[in-house]
Amino acid sequence: MAEDVTAPVEGARGDAHLLPPAEPVRLLAPDGTLHEHEDYPVELCDAELLAIHRAMVITRRVDREAINLQRQGQLGVYASCLGQEAAQVASTWALEAPDWVFPSYRELGSAIVREVEPADLLHLFRGTWLSDHDPYEHRFALLSIPIGTQALHATGFAMGARFDDNPLVTMVYFGDGGTSEGDTHEAMTFAGVMQAPVVFFVQNNRYAISVPLTSQTAAPTLAHKAVGYGLPGLRCDGNDPLATYAVTRRAVQQARSGGGPALIEALTYRMEAHTTSDDPTRYRSQEELEEAARTDPIQRMRNHLQRRGLLDEATEDGFAQEAEEHARRVREAIYDAPHGDPLELFDHVYVADRADVAAQRAQLQAELTAPPEGGDR
Amino acid sequence: MSVTLAQAINRALTEAMAQDDRVLVFGEDVGRLGGVFRVTDGLQARFGDRRCFDTPLAESGIIGTAIGLAMYGYRPVAEMQFDGFTYPAFEQIVSHLAKLRNRSRGTLRLPVTVRIPYGGGIGAVEHHSESPESYWVHTAGLTVVTPGTPEDGYALTREAIASDDPVILLEPKRRYWMKSDIELPVTAPPHTSALVRRAGEDVTIVCYGPMVRTALEAAEAAAEEGWSLEVVDLRSLSPLDTDTVVASVRRTGRAVVVHEAPRTLGMGAEIAARVQEAAFYHLEAPVLRATGFDTPYPPAKLESYWLPDVDRILDLVERAMAY
Repeated sequence: MAEDVTAPVEGARGDAHLLPPAEPVRLLAPDGTLHEHEDYPVELCDAELLAIHRAMVITRRVDREAINLQRQGQLGVYASCLGQEAAQVASTWALEAPDWVFPSYRELGSAIVREVEPADLLHLFRGTWLSDHDPYEHRFALLSIPIGTQALHATGFAMGARFDDNPLVTMVYFGDGGTSEGDTHEAMTFAGVMQAPVVFFVQNNRYAISVPLTSQTAAPTLAHKAVGYGLPGLRCDGNDPLATYAVTRRAVQQARSGGGPALIEALTYRMEAHTTSDDPTRYRSQEELEEAARTDPIQRMRNHLQRRGLLDEATEDGFAQEAEEHARRVREAIYDAPHGDPLELFDHVYVADRADVAAQRAQLQAELTAPPEGGDR
Repeated sequence: MSVTLAQAINRALTEAMAQDDRVLVFGEDVGRLGGVFRVTDGLQARFGDRRCFDTPLAESGIIGTAIGLAMYGYRPVAEMQFDGFTYPAFEQIVSHLAKLRNRSRGTLRLPVTVRIPYGGGIGAVEHHSESPESYWVHTAGLTVVTPGTPEDGYALTREAIASDDPVILLEPKRRYWMKSDIELPVTAPPHTSALVRRAGEDVTIVCYGPMVRTALEAAEAAAEEGWSLEVVDLRSLSPLDTDTVVASVRRTGRAVVVHEAPRTLGMGAEIAARVQEAAFYHLEAPVLRATGFDTPYPPAKLESYWLPDVDRILDLVERAMAY
C-alpha cells in the first residue's frame, strides 16, 4: 500500500521541551533576597558577582555621560540602555572569551564587559566615523542599526564555527520590535536547521520606540516565537542579573556542546527614551516609569550584595570612582573630537584599488585644496 | 572542447572549491539537485554537505549568513535562485554586504560572491526574468560582473571568488546553454576590463551579459547593410571600464548601448553620460539606447516584443548613421 504522505512524521518530537516556562526565571527579588531555583543554581563566585555589579555601575555612568554629551551637542543622537544593564552585562558575562557578541545599537553594557572602549562606539553617534573598534580584538561585532539584521550575521558566524569544529558560540542582541523583523525569523530558521551554536537574546524592554508590546505581537510571549523554528524559548527576569546569567549560561553551554541554538526573552524596561530624539511622555505615564524604577537592576544587585556582606562602602566607592574614570575618558575622547580626513571616505569602500574611486577621491582632494572663489576660504 | 556557460561556471566553482577549503557554495536547491540550472551539479557529491549545502528558502537568510560566514573566515558563494528573488535579500546586500567593510574602517573583509541567474528570454513565469543590475551598480561597495561567453563565465567566476570584495555575479540565464569551443582553465587575467569583441568603424555597440550575442548578431546583419559595427562587451558593470568604451567611440563617433533592463537609469544612461563627458567633440550622433521598456517585465508570450533584439539595435544604428 502506498505510504500516506500526509500522515504525521514518525518520531517527531512534541514541543514540550521547547515551550517557555509559565513564569520567567527570577532568582533575586527587588529587595535583593535570593530565591533558589532548582534548575538554575547560582554558579557565580563572590568576585564575579562584584565584577558584574561593577560593570553595571560603569555602564550606567557612561550611559549618563553619553546622554549629557548629546545634550551638549557633542553627539547627534544616543540610544540609552538605562534600566537594561543587568540584561546586557549578565548575559554577556555568560560567554567565554572566544565567543562573539553581535549587538544592535543599545548594548553599551555588553561592550563594557567586552572591554570595548565606549568612545569608540560613540563615534557612530557623533558622526565622526561609523565605528572605531576592532571587532576581532574584542569579538564584538559592529553596532547594527537596521533592526534584526545582525541576527543573520551571528547565525552565519556560528554556522562557520560549527563547520570548522570550533567550540565558540555567538550571541545576538535585539529587542522586542526586532522579533517582528523577517531577518530574525530567517535567522532562527537557519540556526535551527543548521544547529548553529547561536543564542538569540531578546531584551523585551516593552517598547519599540513608542509602540508597546501589545501592538507588536499577538504571541503569548516573545519566547514562544522560538518554538516554530525548533528552538527552545527561555524567559528570565532581565532586571535580575543572577537569573539572566543563569539562563543565558545554560543556553550558551548547550549551544557550545552541540545542543543547538536557543532564544532567551529577558523582561526588562527601557527607563530612558528610545533615543535622545524621542519624547516618551507622549506614550507612557509617569506612574508606569515610577513602577518600573522599583525593579531597577542595579539597586537590586546592590541590595543582594549588601545582604551577603560582599559590598562595603569602600568597594562601592571604588566602583563609582572607576565609573567616573570611564566617563571622563569618554568625555575626553568625544568632546569636540574632530572628524578625520575627508579623503578617508574613499579608503575602505573596496579592498581592491579602483580607478573610479581614485578619480572621485582626487576630485574631493582638488576641492579641498582649490583656491576659494572671491576670497579666503 | 565544447563547453556551455553553465558548464564553465560549474567548472570554475569546482576548481575554486578544490583549491581552497574556505570556499563554500550554498543556496536553494544547489546541493542534492545541483541547482535549478544545474550550475552546481556534482559539488555536494564531491565536496560534501558542509562545503555545498541547501539552505532554507529564505534569500535574506542566505546573504545574511554569508556575511557571518565571511566574517568567520570563509569565502561564501551564495546563489540567489532567480533575479526576482534577490529582492528579499536587498537589505542584507545593500545595507550590510556592500557597506560593512567601509563601516568597519577597513577592518572587515567580505569575500562573498552572490551568483544571480538573470535576464529574460526563456519564456519564464513572472519574477524570473528581471535585470536588476542597476540596483547593485548604484550601491558603492559592490563589484558587479556579467559574462557574455562561456570563457568569461569561467574566468569571472574564478575572479569573483578570489576577490576580497563582495561580487555580484550576474549569469545570463538564457545563455547558460550557449556553447563555445574553449580550453579550460582560462588563465589570462583579468576579465573585468571591457573587451572589443568585434572591431568596426561606424558605430560602437556597448553591451554585456545576454546582449553580447545579440549585439554580435546585429553586427553580422549590419555588415550586410554596409555598416561596420564595433561590439564592446563591458563584462564588468562596476567598476565600469569607461576607457575602452570611450576609445571606441572616439574612433566611430557613434554609440548604441544595449541592455535588457528598462531604459530609465539603466546602464545606458550612465554610459551615455560618460561618453559625452569624455568624447563630446568626437560624437557624430547622440548616444542611443536599445533596451527593455519602462514597464514591468512582460508575460512570456509578449517578451519578444519587449526584449531588445537585432532589429531594435539596427533601427538605432540607422538613426545614429542618419545624423
